[in-house]
Amino acid sequence: MEFLKRHLPWLAVALLGTWGLATLALSRGEAVSATWLVMAAICVYLIAYRYYSLFIANKVLGLDATRNTPAWRHNDGLDFVPTHKYVLFGHHFAAIAGAGPLVGPVLAAQMGYLPGLLWILAGVVLAGAVQDFIVLFISTRRDGRSLGEMVKQEMGNVPGVIALFGAFMIMIIILAVLALIVVKALAHSPWGTFTVMATVPVALFMGFYVRYLRPGHIGEVSVIGFVLLMAAIVGGQAVFESPVWGPYFDFSPEALTWILIGYGFVASVLPVWMLLAPRDYLSTFLKIGTILALAVGIVVVNPTLAMPSITQFAQGNGPVWAGDLFPFLFITIACGAVSGFHALISSGTTPKMLENETQARFIGYGGMLAESFVAVMALAAASVIDPGIYFAMNSPAALVGNTPEAVAQTISTWGFVITPDVLIQTAKDVGENTILARAGGAPTLAVGMAHILHQAVGGQAMMAFWYHFAILFEALFILTAVDAGTRAGRFMLQDLLGTFVPALKRTESLGANLLATGLTVAAWGYFVYQGVQDPLGGINTLWPLFGISNQMLAAVALMLGTVVLFNMKRERYAWVTALPAAWLLACTLSAGWLKIFSSDVKVGFLAHANRYADALAQGQVLAPAKSAAAMARVVFNDRLDAGLCVLFMAVVLSTLVYSVRACLRARGQAKDQTREVPYQPLPAEARA
Amino acid sequence: MNPAPAPTSGTSTAAASALGSPLLEAGRYIAQSFRLMVGQPSYDTYVAHRQRTHPGEPVMSYEAFFRERQEARYGGGKGRMGRCC
Repeated sequence: MEFLKRHLPWLAVALLGTWGLATLALSRGEAVSATWLVMAAICVYLIAYRYYSLFIANKVLGLDATRNTPAWRHNDGLDFVPTHKYVLFGHHFAAIAGAGPLVGPVLAAQMGYLPGLLWILAGVVLAGAVQDFIVLFISTRRDGRSLGEMVKQEMGNVPGVIALFGAFMIMIIILAVLALIVVKALAHSPWGTFTVMATVPVALFMGFYVRYLRPGHIGEVSVIGFVLLMAAIVGGQAVFESPVWGPYFDFSPEALTWILIGYGFVASVLPVWMLLAPRDYLSTFLKIGTILALAVGIVVVNPTLAMPSITQFAQGNGPVWAGDLFPFLFITIACGAVSGFHALISSGTTPKMLENETQARFIGYGGMLAESFVAVMALAAASVIDPGIYFAMNSPAALVGNTPEAVAQTISTWGFVITPDVLIQTAKDVGENTILARAGGAPTLAVGMAHILHQAVGGQAMMAFWYHFAILFEALFILTAVDAGTRAGRFMLQDLLGTFVPALKRTESLGANLLATGLTVAAWGYFVYQGVQDPLGGINTLWPLFGISNQMLAAVALMLGTVVLFNMKRERYAWVTALPAAWLLACTLSAGWLKIFSSDVKVGFLAHANRYADALAQGQVLAPAKSAAAMARVVFNDRLDAGLCVLFMAVVLSTLVYSVRACLRARGQAKDQTREVPYQPLPAEARA
Repeated sequence: MNPAPAPTSGTSTAAASALGSPLLEAGRYIAQSFRLMVGQPSYDTYVAHRQRTHPGEPVMSYEAFFRERQEARYGGGKGRMGRCC
């Protein structure tokens, strides 16, 4: 009876979720509300949290409420501070949720909303949230050590260095793809460009304000900054409509790339209080606010899903990105389902603030579920807009043409009927010159968000405002990431170069600083520039590289988890991490293989390189290259990208070998081999 | 931002519940969470901690504490990346 009472409400949740998923999956042409999507997701999260995360907490990891945590042991009031679990949840969520969960699902919507939804839900429950939870746990038991240090400790020095090098390469690719998203969103968009550029003086003003005028008044300065940003959006409209000022903010993608590279360099050598910190306040608070607004908007407006549940592109050969559902869907949606980068966050500041290790479940597993929910909302936002508009915005010009007439005609033949007038009108509605060929997720998401939010606040007249609000919000935190990432990359590189030339290790030396910053900016800048000139639109090349590398890092983290479980003599539960690791290995290795060797020129880097090389040998010039030199660059870039895939695969395969060896070694030992800090009881004050 | 030391507790939980109203308490947590999102832990907690464990030793002023935390979040070496993509 007691058993029934405890589980009956959860059975009801399970039935509700099943009903939601069934409604979504079985719809054949009739209108389905986006609320079903949201409801089905929430039910899945609740069940997974109540049962699976509890199983992991109690059985697999054996969380111990009486065990001391680093926050109490090393309490310094600064880095190590026992923090209330809701406060820490907010901190952790803000650190893990960024542009990733917003972009991937939008790109995946070309297959329809169902494949993406199912992967987001299954991925987060069985892989993503498990990874975040377990890494947080492992790091907490090791005084908050970082992922690289833990790999070194549990598996050995060589895999530790390999993992760190892998993390550096992933960061370069992430910075490049994020910057490319901004370039794609702002190209020939005076309104957007003005608004985003205005954030720089706004942030500088905030920086001086909070350092000298009113030190430490973050809330106050953020409100001022927010008001100025809204004014910048309104001002952007005036710029867009002005025949004098408009052209000054109308940039080609190439020009924007150079501006971004210059910005990245300058911003990351300035003192942090001047630009980075105030920009971070704005982007963090705006991010949380916008996510909440989107959630409320979807519930209040209750929009209808316009995208079919499955499109013909689920068979492969989609216009947004090429490749079959397996493995490419599973690398296109990384963040939101499973994101390796979280392993760096979960082993960063969060483990140093846990009040009690049992809270790792709520913060690690629960935090990732919250990020997954952001991904579901992004998927919903991309699915409520007219599929014709979705494909017009996300298909490269080489495929569908570059006039509204040509694009409308091509896309209508795919079965998504659209007229040129609608494309022109939509561009006008959102205050843009064109919405064609804006792959990258941000503009599509912005149209989706504007579609939802203008029905809640402001009506048709506010559509353009909401569109640019969404663009601003994404550009703002992407630029913050570019700035912070360049800085982090610089430190990593100085560390790396310092092993050969000790003078370069000195982070306070201006010369070493400028050199390392320049190299880091050049590395990601190169890939952005390559993406801008890419015949297939850039995102088609860089996003899979990002997805593969990010999922590989997740595989590394899950393999570390498996090794730790073996070392703890809990190998009977090792499937909890080993199965998702195996799945990620299967997805990333086959995706990597296909990206290198597929004979389809839209998928395989080498096939694409050969096509251009052959044409070059016969003296032809293939569009969009305009000269033989440009052709040669395409060939070189394709081969470079193939080389990167090889590198990533080598990183993950060597980690696999090292983890299998570590597991076998642990099995041979009779005793527990963990490198945990030995058990100490929580201090008395912590139990109050 | 006056230091309001709560000498018996390592967290500001006790101070917050002393305020009585659960709504006020929730507001405090939200404010604290937003500050922590941008790398600023509670100054009150820091002061209380210093007074309890290092009595008589100097305590950073709020301004110094703010700058120290800002530098630690963004400037600190070791390739620390405080956020995801």
